[in-house]
Amino acid sequence: MELALYIPELGHLALILGLCFAVVQAFFPLVGAWKADHHWMSLGQPAAWGQFVFLLISFACLTWAFITDDFTVAYTANNSNSMLPWYYKISAVWGAHEGSLLLWAFILAGWTFAVAVFSRQLPEEMLARVLSVMGMISVGFLLFLIVTSNPFERILPQSPVDGRDLNPLLQDFGLVIHPPMLYMGYVGFSVAFSFAIAALLGGKLDAAWARWSRPWTQVAWAFLGIGIALGSWWAYYELGWGGWWFWDPVENASLMPWLIGTALLHSLAVTEKRGLFKNWTVLLAIAAFSLSLLGTFLVRSGVLTSVHAFASDPTRGVFILIFLLVVVASSLLLFAMRAPSVKSKAGFSLLSQETLLLVNNIVLVVATAMVLIGTLYPLILDSLTGSKLSVGPPYFNALFNPLIAILMLALGLGVTLRWKNTPVAWLVKMLGPVLLVSAALSLALTMLADEFNGAVLLVYFLSAWVVFAGLRDMFEKTRHKGLWVGLRGLSRSYLGMHLGHLGLVVCAIGVVLSSHYSAERDLKMAIGDRVELGKYEFVFEGAEHFEGPNYISDKGTIRIFKGEKEIAVLHPEKRLYLVQRMPMTEAGIDPGFTRDLYVALGEPLENGAWAVRLQVKPFVRWIWLGALLTCLGGVLAACDPRYRRKISTRVKDALSTTKKGVANNV
Amino acid sequence: MKTFLVSLLLSFACVFPAAAAIDTYEFDTKADQERFRSLIEELRCPKCQNQNIADSDAEISLDMRDLTYRMMIEDGKTNDEIVAYLVDRYGDFVRYKPPVDKRTFLLWYGPFALLALALLILVVVVARRRKAVTALGENELSAAEQQRIQQLIEQTRENK
Amino acid sequence: MSKGRLIAVFAILLGVAAFAGMAVYGLNNDPRELPSALINKPFPEFKLNNLLVEGQTISKQDLLGKPALVNVWATWCPTCRQEHDDLNKLAKQGVTIYGVNYKDESAKAQRWLTELLNPYALNISDPKGTLGFDLGVYGAPETFLLDKQGVIRLKHVGEVNDRVWREKIGPAYEELLKQ
Repeated sequence: MELALYIPELGHLALILGLCFAVVQAFFPLVGAWKADHHWMSLGQPAAWGQFVFLLISFACLTWAFITDDFTVAYTANNSNSMLPWYYKISAVWGAHEGSLLLWAFILAGWTFAVAVFSRQLPEEMLARVLSVMGMISVGFLLFLIVTSNPFERILPQSPVDGRDLNPLLQDFGLVIHPPMLYMGYVGFSVAFSFAIAALLGGKLDAAWARWSRPWTQVAWAFLGIGIALGSWWAYYELGWGGWWFWDPVENASLMPWLIGTALLHSLAVTEKRGLFKNWTVLLAIAAFSLSLLGTFLVRSGVLTSVHAFASDPTRGVFILIFLLVVVASSLLLFAMRAPSVKSKAGFSLLSQETLLLVNNIVLVVATAMVLIGTLYPLILDSLTGSKLSVGPPYFNALFNPLIAILMLALGLGVTLRWKNTPVAWLVKMLGPVLLVSAALSLALTMLADEFNGAVLLVYFLSAWVVFAGLRDMFEKTRHKGLWVGLRGLSRSYLGMHLGHLGLVVCAIGVVLSSHYSAERDLKMAIGDRVELGKYEFVFEGAEHFEGPNYISDKGTIRIFKGEKEIAVLHPEKRLYLVQRMPMTEAGIDPGFTRDLYVALGEPLENGAWAVRLQVKPFVRWIWLGALLTCLGGVLAACDPRYRRKISTRVKDALSTTKKGVANNV
Repeated sequence: MKTFLVSLLLSFACVFPAAAAIDTYEFDTKADQERFRSLIEELRCPKCQNQNIADSDAEISLDMRDLTYRMMIEDGKTNDEIVAYLVDRYGDFVRYKPPVDKRTFLLWYGPFALLALALLILVVVVARRRKAVTALGENELSAAEQQRIQQLIEQTRENK
Repeated sequence: MSKGRLIAVFAILLGVAAFAGMAVYGLNNDPRELPSALINKPFPEFKLNNLLVEGQTISKQDLLGKPALVNVWATWCPTCRQEHDDLNKLAKQGVTIYGVNYKDESAKAQRWLTELLNPYALNISDPKGTLGFDLGVYGAPETFLLDKQGVIRLKHVGEVNDRVWREKIGPAYEELLKQ
């Protein structure tokens, strides 16, 4: 019992020990690889395990402090409350700066641990270098944590009786899992980054390197995608505006690494299959992680105005800036000095998968650059001229959407084309029908709607184009074996690719249809009022007082009819969270595959009437469904058996990239 | 996404962002309503910072919405006139769609220039690689690379 | 190292330095502070009631003739309470301050001025916030510095305290006095 009092100190100690292990992991394997010393290199794995175990302990200690309502810990006192339901007490651990950094460091240790466990078949020097680079990143973050943001700091002797509660915004299921997913993605890119740096250090950039880092990249990318989609979904149902993407700097900060990560996935494919674009791939791997760090900097430092920006501690901003600069500058310098100058002699013609994957990369990189320019432009202009302006959704939509259209156009062509060269006649035979069917189908679908809309026509066409081109290619690949046998014979990597592309299509349809066909009304509704919107009738039945565990609420009742039939009863709420005195809108949503009905309460007016927002949002759910499919595609591809251990060992032997220690000596 | 560091948000002077602003303006036509909606979504709240005046329930956003409504519906002003009126008082900061002028040249045209440059590079790369195809024929890979690719292909087949 | 690589290294260092410069600027400046769009523009025309003298109206012409501060305030604004003593001190030193009572109830405002003293040479009542809107006010308190022709020379958002006066508004005011 006595010992339990010291659990936060134990957590702090574990954190420091974790740092010690990270230092060992960063230093010894690298020097070992340089001096070809097996013993030193072999220190990498145990150090990674040790680091993981101690950060796990540390994280568990902080969680313990939350569960047991230990308000002598400043971080707990500021972000929890004894009234908080237990599951939010756990998620409150990463509800603010210190804890989310600890989560970040813990996840990094987790990825490192995974690399140490699953990459035993890597050549000894390669693994040593990879672990060392990951160790360096870890050292940076753990120092940041321990020096500027210690989550275990106590408020003694005058600790508060109760905590100041978790921000009500974060008291929500979506927000319980959103940050861990996002961090899994951000931090996951550190694996691809470390592989790239290790390859540069070792001077061995080849197809095998691409093969090793590919599944890691796919998994990290999928996590990031899920994290972004969750955030967007959460904003949709929680903020009460019915919007799902605001081009807020913080959103952009997560979108940029995802876009570059997408480019990286495709570039890795070329490097693995054809041994081409190696330098470019390395650069993308560096860029993906650098953008993850940039995102952290932008979010933590408050240099940009954002809904999320917070009164920041300047030392934190400076620390993370220095870390960012060191990582970016040193990795780019390493790249500039060590990138192999020998050009691959492999050739390809204009009509080849290589060309189209280059187009993919160009579009995605330009899109990332555009988002980056748009996000930083106010800051750049302010620092150069002192004039302030805003760059918001009208800018981003105007430039981003055409780029995605180009991407989808190239996509249909890209999945059909073969490596190296594709005969024109064959291509016409393949895609001619696809083009015709897509055009006809999209025109027909557009006619069905009441009013003509160019963007809708375009998205129908592009979607059909991508889907049919994919099907055509699948059909072509399975033609000789019969469809069923053939389909089973397709690799997971290939199926994952198509699933990912399907996700893009579904998401694009959701985005365009929901923005063009949404119906919305803000109005005053008295009790019994009946309002027609689209094909639906909304009847307001008033709002009642209601008490939750840590909030009070006005809970409205709105019945929705389609024709004579009642199809939904929604209960939008206007809550007031008591500890932080914070009003919150809880929208009432009737979700559906083809449309969402969305109701939010504004302010109470006289005689029981309320200001109410009614929305019918067709296909809005497709946005997140598409994102989910895309991420599943990434996971499916990463599960391809060819990445698994035995085979990779065989490949490695065949490639004779190993001189000594194949990993069985571990 | 609108998340993870909102905990200190309270230090903001502005009203909390999670309470949506919902007004009860009346419009004669659907077109008017949509025009109003899209205009207020393009205007930024000067107080609550990264929120448009449609979503923000800060006092000043309410004033700006009222003004927009009055100028648009009662005075019959165009969008440009309304935006100009607000920019005169609150500066370019209040428009989410920055004006195209010499300060924003890079912003508006930079991405296009980049795309053009990238396409140019693409053309050069493809032209070079095509030459590599014609010069070396199909066997342009080194022996080692050939062997590797062969291995990869074989083992992909094995695993189907 | 080849020439190409050297160039690349320099380019990278240059880029990183540029970003660092920008980031440091960003860290040292509050992105929430907006400069006024009205700097070096004439004070907007208006015609509003005098808060303290019933039946009297005040217009722009009443503010001309000497450099002065225009302070936008309200009783619902806690920061206004904080800066009020500082304003009293400045008024005692002979600085002309005009008050704009912004979106407020006149009775409350009058009581406030009786209890906390009145630093304002003139009290403009702006209950609907129309003048405030024309001034680009987005929250009280905001303080403008006018020259004697009524051109806005400076705007400060937030509390006017000793430091702000010493470092920002005071010097500009002295400068205008000399003209």
